[in-house]
Amino acid sequence: MKYPYFPGCTLYTKAKKLDDAGRECSLKLGFELDELKDWTCCGATFPLVNDQHITMSGPTRILADTKDQGNDKLVTLCSVCFNVLKRTNNVMRTDEERRTKVTDFIERDYNGEVEVLHYLQVLRDEIGFDVLKEKVVKPLTGLKVACYYGCLLLRPVKEIGLDVMENPTIFEDFISALGAEPVEFPYKIECCGAFQAVHSMDIATRCSRDILNSAKNSAADLVITTCPLCQFNLDDRQPEIQKSDNRFAPIPVVYFTQMLALALDLPAADLGFERNLIDPLPLLKEKGLVS
Amino acid sequence: MEKKLGVFICWCGSNIASSVDVDKAAAEAAKLDGVVHAENYMYMCSDPGQQLVKDTITEKGLDGVVVACCSPRMHENTFRKAAGSVGLNSYLLEIANIREQCSWVHQNNKPLATAKAVSIIEGTLDKVKENLPLETITIDLTKRVCVVGGGIAGIMSALDLANAGYDVVIIEREPAIGGHMSQISQTFPYFHNVPELLKKKIDEVNAHPRIKVYVNSEVDVLDGYVGNFNVTIKTRPAFVDSAKCTACGKCLEVCPVKVDDEFNRGLSQRGAIFRYNQLETAKIPVLEQGDCLHFADSDSEDGGKCTACVDACPEDAIDLGTIRSLNEEFVGAIVMATGYDLYSPTNMPEYGAGKIPDVIDALAFERLLDPKGPTKGQVLRPSDGAVPKKVVFIQCVGSRDPERHKAYCSRACCMYTAKQARLYRQQVEEGTAYISYMDIRSDSKDFEEFVQKGMEEENLVYIRGRVAKVIEGDGCLQVFTSDTLSGRQVVIEADLVVLAMAMEPKAGIRELAKKMNVTIDGDAFLSETHIKLYPVESSTKGVYLAGCGQSPKDITDTVSQALATAGKIQTMFSNETLIADPLIAEVKDDVCSGCGICIEICPYGARLMNEFTRISDVNQAVCQGCGACIAACPNKACELINSTSRQFLRTIGDFASRSEAV
Repeated sequence: MKYPYFPGCTLYTKAKKLDDAGRECSLKLGFELDELKDWTCCGATFPLVNDQHITMSGPTRILADTKDQGNDKLVTLCSVCFNVLKRTNNVMRTDEERRTKVTDFIERDYNGEVEVLHYLQVLRDEIGFDVLKEKVVKPLTGLKVACYYGCLLLRPVKEIGLDVMENPTIFEDFISALGAEPVEFPYKIECCGAFQAVHSMDIATRCSRDILNSAKNSAADLVITTCPLCQFNLDDRQPEIQKSDNRFAPIPVVYFTQMLALALDLPAADLGFERNLIDPLPLLKEKGLVS
Repeated sequence: MEKKLGVFICWCGSNIASSVDVDKAAAEAAKLDGVVHAENYMYMCSDPGQQLVKDTITEKGLDGVVVACCSPRMHENTFRKAAGSVGLNSYLLEIANIREQCSWVHQNNKPLATAKAVSIIEGTLDKVKENLPLETITIDLTKRVCVVGGGIAGIMSALDLANAGYDVVIIEREPAIGGHMSQISQTFPYFHNVPELLKKKIDEVNAHPRIKVYVNSEVDVLDGYVGNFNVTIKTRPAFVDSAKCTACGKCLEVCPVKVDDEFNRGLSQRGAIFRYNQLETAKIPVLEQGDCLHFADSDSEDGGKCTACVDACPEDAIDLGTIRSLNEEFVGAIVMATGYDLYSPTNMPEYGAGKIPDVIDALAFERLLDPKGPTKGQVLRPSDGAVPKKVVFIQCVGSRDPERHKAYCSRACCMYTAKQARLYRQQVEEGTAYISYMDIRSDSKDFEEFVQKGMEEENLVYIRGRVAKVIEGDGCLQVFTSDTLSGRQVVIEADLVVLAMAMEPKAGIRELAKKMNVTIDGDAFLSETHIKLYPVESSTKGVYLAGCGQSPKDITDTVSQALATAGKIQTMFSNETLIADPLIAEVKDDVCSGCGICIEICPYGARLMNEFTRISDVNQAVCQGCGACIAACPNKACELINSTSRQFLRTIGDFASRSEAV
């Protein structure tokens, strides 16, 4: 089965490992990510005011393209793309006035026909975590994983509807299917600092420090995420955190698709772990998950 | 024989006369078919006006009257009484509303208003021509009352009624009466000792010769109607014979079962045989069948074997062979005092309730304050029994959150939180009490003073904002909130967190409301007939509402409402029989096919299938004449007496034929 797929800009550059692993794993799981033709940037932000329409023209064009290329679904891997596309699609479905404004401007006919899915949703709802569990070749036994959701994968819950807002479990269910042990940690849905990293690095550092400390206090070996921005902040801020707190021991932060690939026994050398600032390989070797 | 009709047109001072040419209208009316008398008068509702109507009825031998005046809501009764006093059946008099529906809305167009008034009079005359003389319906009245729920609302209502001389039956689901009030330590705003207050009232109930209490019981079936209810009561076995039991407590010691005590909100454990609450009035142990090993599955190790309590009892008071019983009670009125539950804290995973032992709900905190509670009245935290130095009270948990929980305000929480925080501060002098609030609702006698005193003299720390989450930190709880007055994010390190959970209707209220034929609102609270004028009447005649089953409220308001129901019922019982309006539905036996659609549609449960004739009957005592069954009947077999379809069609025909003139 083929799923139309929207990689997004970051997955072609900085988050290439999220993309590569996701595509490879889908083949192992019996579906194919079929990249959308001529895609553009989603805009990376959803407008927070009602009369800002221009920001929606990009994502609407992507969705209209998806429909015109004969698809009724669109899968993303990146939390930000997922959030922007899903919320834009919601406006197209429910708000006639805003829809007309945007579609008239870009001269396309689109009424929200496409269903925007996150890769995790495909695994949960279309493949099934029980089937995934059966397909696991190399269970991640003994690995304690902190599943970090961030904001954009879940909120606003009324529009996104992926899981409950305050105590989601989809990520834990996923990692359990891979044989790892999810740890419960209080900061799993707190913000990582997001775009604050661009101009107020200290805010992102503080947010990331609290999240990582919370994960480590819950005895996690590793943090997984779906979001390139979260991964960047959590991974990249660690040397800075160490400067202010010399007791801080680094913890690897990886993409969920990288762990999926490992469990499906794809060669670790192809998974791009070398791009992680905090190298997860020593840990994975210690746990006997890579040789 | 054609009726001799009279038309009386009222000026209503200038209210009608300034827009309607009353002389012309009378002249026109006099010309109408069957009219033998038509006149106008300045104030028809005045004594001379009524006399005019009465005299004319007698003189001219009228057998149908139309009074053209204000709305029938104002004076229909006045004129019907007047007609009745001179021997004309009062249902042969009708009001033609030419004020609200004519003169007031056509003030600048006299010819039109006059023509319309004549048209309304003609339509009403045509209705009167087919009106039947009717008699009011008399219904037997059983002067006994059933109170569902033995909390403070049920207790107060029952005592008032019993003291007025009526027999009362209280049905209580739990093993003892007292309700949630028996979990509470002290009241606001005067710190009254609740166990003392409540014990007095419970003793009064138990000693009252006119009150019968069914504990462990629920309503199984309700039959009948106002004045004549038949309540079937299902009683779970008590197993302990209260006549033999000396309350020695030996059985409590030997029971091998240990489960969370619901009464203490899980802060202590109890056996399968236990004392339900700490009050003197509940000394005799009760046995919970669901927890008892004797009744457990026979494949379990101890199934069916354990008789530890029976063997230990020196008085031979425990009989595990007792079975449930059914009783019937005949009553004339019912009080629904069903009470509330706290919305489960497990609905708030972000506050850690259920996961973190030191996050408790407000009723659990009450249990900590009770001298006979699990900690002997000491505020100690559940996890390690230490005295908490910092306590965070969170208000509006689940309340005022329309997106995720309850949209309504639970009304009592602002005050009981202030009370709990003050009691804590009085007990732990070096302690700090933080209160997270949205706004403070202290809108009753001495309430505001009570809160202010806590803030100013007892240093309660009020922080305006909603708590985002509570997590377990390093040796303490971390409460993430914001102070919206200073615009800062705040993290409070606390030892204990108390959640003022929303109140919600008692579990099972939907099924019970259906049984009792009482409507509920969107949140499953029992609906009153009219929030302002009929606040304790339910949608079913003879069924009254008191306490938190109707909406969240504190003890003060609950008791007021309970006494109001008692007053209402006494008013009803002041007559020997009940009188009902005969303007209700009737069924044409030869047309009704017995399809039963009317039974489904009737909001009052007044339509019943006659099993013998297979025709849908109307219960005259219950029918309110709303007309729902008439509109629903596919065969047109139902008619509203004196408002038949034929009468309406004729009236509409009159308007249609005159529409050009108007």
